[in-house]
Amino acid sequence: MHRSVLIVFAHPSLKKSRTGRILAESASGLDGVVIHDLYESYPEGDVDVERERELLLAHDIVILQHPFYWYSIPPLLKEWIDLVLGFGWAYGPGGDALRDKSLLSALTCGGGLEAYTRKGQNRYTVREFLAPVEQTGRLCGMEWLGPFVVHGTLKLTETEIRQHAVDYRRLIEALRDDRFDAGRAAKLTHINADVDAVIRED
Amino acid sequence: MHGQDFFGLTFVLLAASLVAVPLAKKLGLGSVLGYLVAGIAVGPFVLNLVGAEGEHIMHFAEFGVVLMLFLIGLELDPQKLWRLRRGILGLGGAQVLVTAVLIAAAAMLAGTAWRPAVAAGLALALSSTAIVLQTLSEKGWLRLDAGQNAFSVLLFQDVAVIPILALLPLLIDPALKEAVVAAETPLSELPSWSKPLAVVAAMSLVVVLGRFLVSPVLRIIARTRLHELSLAAALVLVVGIALLMDRVGLSPALGTFLAGVVLAGSEYRHELEANIEPFKGLLLGVFFVAVGASLDLDLVAGSPLTVGGMLLVLVGVKLLVLAILGRVFGLRRDQNLMFTLCLAQGGEFAFVLLSFAVQQRVMAAADAALLIVTVTLSMALTPLLLLFYERVLQPRVGTHRTDDRPSDTVESHADVIIVGFGHFGSALGRLLRTAGHCPTVLDHDSDRVELLRKLGLTVYFGDATRVEVLRAAGAEQAGILVLALDNPEAQLHLVRLAQEHFPQATIVARAGGWVHAHELMEAGVDHVFRESLDSAMRMGAETLRLLGLRGNRAYRLSRQFRRRDEAMLRDLLAHRHDQEYLSRAREHIQDLESLMQAEQTDDLNADAGWDPGPLRRAARQDGEKPD
Repeated sequence: MHRSVLIVFAHPSLKKSRTGRILAESASGLDGVVIHDLYESYPEGDVDVERERELLLAHDIVILQHPFYWYSIPPLLKEWIDLVLGFGWAYGPGGDALRDKSLLSALTCGGGLEAYTRKGQNRYTVREFLAPVEQTGRLCGMEWLGPFVVHGTLKLTETEIRQHAVDYRRLIEALRDDRFDAGRAAKLTHINADVDAVIRED
Repeated sequence: MHGQDFFGLTFVLLAASLVAVPLAKKLGLGSVLGYLVAGIAVGPFVLNLVGAEGEHIMHFAEFGVVLMLFLIGLELDPQKLWRLRRGILGLGGAQVLVTAVLIAAAAMLAGTAWRPAVAAGLALALSSTAIVLQTLSEKGWLRLDAGQNAFSVLLFQDVAVIPILALLPLLIDPALKEAVVAAETPLSELPSWSKPLAVVAAMSLVVVLGRFLVSPVLRIIARTRLHELSLAAALVLVVGIALLMDRVGLSPALGTFLAGVVLAGSEYRHELEANIEPFKGLLLGVFFVAVGASLDLDLVAGSPLTVGGMLLVLVGVKLLVLAILGRVFGLRRDQNLMFTLCLAQGGEFAFVLLSFAVQQRVMAAADAALLIVTVTLSMALTPLLLLFYERVLQPRVGTHRTDDRPSDTVESHADVIIVGFGHFGSALGRLLRTAGHCPTVLDHDSDRVELLRKLGLTVYFGDATRVEVLRAAGAEQAGILVLALDNPEAQLHLVRLAQEHFPQATIVARAGGWVHAHELMEAGVDHVFRESLDSAMRMGAETLRLLGLRGNRAYRLSRQFRRRDEAMLRDLLAHRHDQEYLSRAREHIQDLESLMQAEQTDDLNADAGWDPGPLRRAARQDGEKPD
């Protein structure tokens, strides 16, 4: 085990979720991986900035896991970013608390892969939509690893979801054990377009 | 009575139980065997402390069975009863019929005439409600498949007593014909066509009384706030129904069971349970002692082979029939074993039916005496058979817990109990219901209970500071106890009670002010909520808005204040008994206010991410913007 992983999990209606829940379950219980459920911890939206900063400091890799709402992150996660990644702490003068950590997104969206293309109805790729997250990480000196995307969740069968969950778990283990090939991942539309390619077996 | 007065007899019966029952429990034999052995010990053949009173005591103490059926009825509302119909009619009916036929056949093979043989078959087909239910509930098996089916069979047997009583006079043995005593069936003075009518009328009366009269009367009594009055009312209700049933020739146990079912939905259900429970326990104990005391050991010693053979046939036939029927009715192997072993005995109804048969000249007194001894021995055998099951059979056939159908059980309870259903408790309870939980609610204000019931809420009357009431409401199975009384002393008392008797339940408690909250926290309650804090904060935020603050700012300020106030409360807990408690508290209050005022000058510290101030200052310094 080389690097510790923090999954910041934001799902406002987990009860109705299929994919998000199965992904989170598949990632839970791994050594060196902590899942931090924002909507469970802060039902009233009062993000505890001190506690969140301690959590971030204690981990090397940060995964923002959430459903993709209106091409963006859920409101509590945005509030979390606003309040926790403070000026003078995460960025700006003296703001180097997150320097050299890694950041990636893991998200589930209803639309299929083809909808997120120039000719598709959403006109941009998920990676493009995530430019604000990517740049937030960069401003804080974090390495952006790209998105893990489960497309077309509305039509997925249980078996297909389970397969995605297996991929997710493998990816997290690879990140943790330093077997992740960031160079290859950067060339893909999303990390899990070819999971085998981005995981080094050694 | 050997010159003994009532007190002497009571003393002997209870003292014998006090010695024998803990001993039997220690040996893993269950309380029933302990009582029976105590009875044999004080009976005429060993210590001779009870004399010939055994049988009379037994008839009196049989009332314990009546009380038990009432309590079981309270746990079973009509829907649950309906779900058991297959077990009651099918399994119960088949069991009585087949067992009666086989035992009668065995008796005839042994040379008995057919009439007494049939009478014996019918009498012995019935099992012992008292022993089986007492043992099953003691072991916690009543909610299992086996327990449910055993209960169904016993319920059918209770009903079957009536037609059997009617049938027995038709079996008069011609050889014993002379000197037939006029039958003492209670309705004998009525013309025969009206008997069924009287029975129907009595049953309807029980239903109507239970449905419409009992609750209003109990409400009036509850208003007096005299506990002994509601105790008396509960007893009057049960005894009255038993008398009525006796009048029309029905089994009192059946009548009170019916009343229990009718009252299962009543707000006084848990109160009734708590009031009747101790009487039931005591009387059942005395009943078992009396059964032991009336065992004719001379007869056993005089013809050990006959008695042994009859015991073997009785238990053997029952085991066989029950095992086959259990299988036919789809019981799993381990459940079927338990079901079979627990019902393989004769019961107290056999005593009644056999003496009635003698009185009706259906059977010779000597034969009946032999049968009664056999039945008594078979009753004593039951705890041993079940012990055999637990120690030897169960480990081989695997687990016996079947939690796959929890909704069908005789005593299924909500996993949340709310105590206190005033403004506070009812708001909370309604919230739980929106999430699909059905908490059991207890309140001791009878007027309020009535009002809330009219509003369609399920609320029970009961003084929850009595542990019996809590137990009757299912506190032993509850996962969470929500204590929402407005009286701090009562709340603390409840916490201690719950911790002592229901340690499995998580306590969520309403507190008044700081002092009360500290007391509750010190008592070990993790979830303490000061009743006025949240509304004070919301009202304060609204006041701030009226003073001109923006809504979000006022709201977030109040939330932060509350968080810090709660942290302060926890911090102060450690100094509760210090001299400087008050001074520390004062400091804390000042700190909190000055801290938050300091933040006012800039912005809420926690919300600094939304404060452009530092960014602006930085931008002025080097003209670089991050976003």
